[in-house]
Amino acid sequence: MCVTCGCGQPGESHAHSHTHAVQPSTDLLAIEERVLAHNDHLAAHNRAWLERRGIRAVNLMSSPGSGKTSLLERTIAETSGRREVCVIEGDQETAADAERISRAGANAVQVNTGAGCHLDASMVERALGSLDPSEGSLLFVENVGNLVCPALFDVGEHRRVVVVSVTEGDDKPLKYPQMFAAADLVVVNKTDLLPYVDCDLDVVAKNARAVNPGVDVLPLSVRHGSGMDAWYAWLDRISDTP
Amino acid sequence: MHEMSLVADVVDLVERRTTGRHVTEVRLRVGALTGVLPDAMQFCFEMATAGTRLEGATLELETVPGRIACRTCGAESPCDDHVLLCGCGSADVGVVAGDDLMVTSVAVRREPACA
Repeated sequence: MCVTCGCGQPGESHAHSHTHAVQPSTDLLAIEERVLAHNDHLAAHNRAWLERRGIRAVNLMSSPGSGKTSLLERTIAETSGRREVCVIEGDQETAADAERISRAGANAVQVNTGAGCHLDASMVERALGSLDPSEGSLLFVENVGNLVCPALFDVGEHRRVVVVSVTEGDDKPLKYPQMFAAADLVVVNKTDLLPYVDCDLDVVAKNARAVNPGVDVLPLSVRHGSGMDAWYAWLDRISDTP
Repeated sequence: MHEMSLVADVVDLVERRTTGRHVTEVRLRVGALTGVLPDAMQFCFEMATAGTRLEGATLELETVPGRIACRTCGAESPCDDHVLLCGCGSADVGVVAGDDLMVTSVAVRREPACA
């Protein structure tokens, strides 16, 4: 019997185009299933869950040390009157970032990925169960510091924000195009250090738009406060729009 | 890096779709724009299948070239670069093919005939 189409049963005769190149002792099974289908399915489930509760989720990504946690600490401190903020923290090890967020005054749960390099939808689903964010709140998923892998994994977010700092140079969008192409907003942090580093903000914006036409680029300094109002305005806008 | 995570997902997927059968070959279609490294996949596959019903299986990779459609000039063109750029110079493009990772088929050992 042909293990590709099942022909060759007694009494059958017909022509077909494929060749019989399969091992006689094995069966070939068609699968046709996308590897990330399972993650995408869970991400869609997360997205619907958040939508039903009116919660806006932002997936915050960057390389380690760009200032994601500091940005969240300042955001929580300065906007806690406007809306409730809660955070899912992702790191390989330690609960240090979740502790910083708690001290800043917001609820946080820590996900430790161990050897893993990114958060995925199943980790976020479990974290949502522990965090139990309130209806109408703003949820940040602070991803593992990594400009490569997190871009590949939808976790159910509403928007993706990529943070890059001026100390990293202005060519990072070109070197990590998958990450920057997936961004809804590029935040350029640590502008207070511009006098001391070789980084041209116009070049950062140009490079970001080379891989993501029209993307908003927002320079700011978490330490000194410049640009933070524009960041809060962006958060207001995404909270109001579907 | 993420090849290990993706291979773990491949193993889970194949186990789920081949209940009780021993797998001898997995055929994986890899889009050129996924950034997946074939050598890393092979290395991780061997590690990830040890002790499973896929132990000893071969991993056959079929690479699919990237293809983009330009929203500015309407043309479709091949693209295997992560910087997605149409020949007309526009970066306002959508991916038509090559950004996917799919298990297309598997070979499983035939069950021994009952006496």
